[in-house]
Amino acid sequence: MLTKSIGFNSLVLAAFALVTALLLASTYLGTKDQIAESERQAAEKALLEIIPNERHSNDMLVDTLAIPQQFWSKLGLHKGGEINIARNHGKIEAVIVPAVAPDGYSGDIRLIAGVNMDGTVAGVRVLSHTETPGLGDKIDLKKDDWILSFQGKSLTEPVSSKWQVIKDGGEFDQFTGATITPRAVVTLVKKVLEYFAEDRPRILKLAVPASSATKQQEATDE
Amino acid sequence: MSDVSYREISRNGLWDNNPALVQLLGLCPLLAVTGSVVNALGLGLATMAVLVGSNAVVSLIRNRVTDAVRIPAFVMIIATFTTCTEMLMKAYTYELYQILGIFIPLIVTNCTILGRAEAFASKNALIPSIADGLLMGLGFGAVLLVLGGIREVLGSGTLFANMDLLFGPVAANWSIQVFGSGYSFLVAILPPGAFIITGLLIAVKNALDTRAKQRRDALKARPVKGAKRVRTTGVVH
Repeated sequence: MLTKSIGFNSLVLAAFALVTALLLASTYLGTKDQIAESERQAAEKALLEIIPNERHSNDMLVDTLAIPQQFWSKLGLHKGGEINIARNHGKIEAVIVPAVAPDGYSGDIRLIAGVNMDGTVAGVRVLSHTETPGLGDKIDLKKDDWILSFQGKSLTEPVSSKWQVIKDGGEFDQFTGATITPRAVVTLVKKVLEYFAEDRPRILKLAVPASSATKQQEATDE
Repeated sequence: MSDVSYREISRNGLWDNNPALVQLLGLCPLLAVTGSVVNALGLGLATMAVLVGSNAVVSLIRNRVTDAVRIPAFVMIIATFTTCTEMLMKAYTYELYQILGIFIPLIVTNCTILGRAEAFASKNALIPSIADGLLMGLGFGAVLLVLGGIREVLGSGTLFANMDLLFGPVAANWSIQVFGSGYSFLVAILPPGAFIITGLLIAVKNALDTRAKQRRDALKARPVKGAKRVRTTGVVH
């Protein structure tokens, strides 16, 4: 009697598992392409904000180069990462470097920073953060245009000792009530510039030749 | 089933037995995501979709599943609908999906849904169960929306900001600046503010209920002796 009921109930549950698995599988197959497309668009949107379409002619999402392991800890990337390369008709214009600041007020601040080949900042955007709403979240362009103050800065302008928030004697604004968040971002952007300065020769040498990059692009276009 | 009154289902879902204000179920997402109207609406719609779907399926299988495996079967159904909703949101409202983050998969653990499956859908026919899911979802969503609206106005000084995350580019300029730019009142955006405002909403609801009850009692208690004619207008003294 007992074994019979156990057997029957197991069969019922198994049938359920089968039906729900089928339903999940079909939803997955139905949305897979759309999800991939949405993810691609979201990634591309951030890149395009830094390097707009006028400044490059390649597909920055496929034109990438892995960051050497010795720089991972400097940029806060535990699992490594890739830089995206922006080219205009074959000539490298700028690179976009991902970086993570572990020293924000709460949790990691993930950002991408574009660096022009002359070493100036093309733009910085915060991708995700969990800073206090209303205080630290002004690093997000949706809330405040503070992040734009990096534009055009380089390791020589301002000089190294001025790459700090005003409170620490530097020249970047902090926010009222929040110093830790902007401090973390300023430090990280400086690190990105330092990384770029060191890695620049390798980038110029190793970056996928323009011809094959365009070929790749054509392949994806088809 | 003829003994199910849709009027009663509506009253229960929206007011008398509101999941958020009376049953106090699903408070975790309620407090966590109601920082703005768009977040509240996104989670409200997702929850409603899962609730309607799970109620419908639970009702369909209510006579075929034995008591012993009822709960696991319900959980499986709810988890399926939640995962499907999650994939759909990821596909079509990607940015909103990123903002709501963990709270979409956590719809599985929203007790409102298992509660309705147990208390209503497992005992009623298909159409009333769908209606119950829809109205309970509406009741939950309405509270989310009111809370999101109040918190957004008080906390950020805007209303309907970023609605394009849900409705596409058409909604890009729906945002209303209620207070001047740069305004922000931190407590309202943080979880403590959500607690306080939820408390106030519950208090308002209870006050309204008490008033309605007093009025009803007063009507009932009024002696009708000597009333010889029916007056349809004016006040009877």
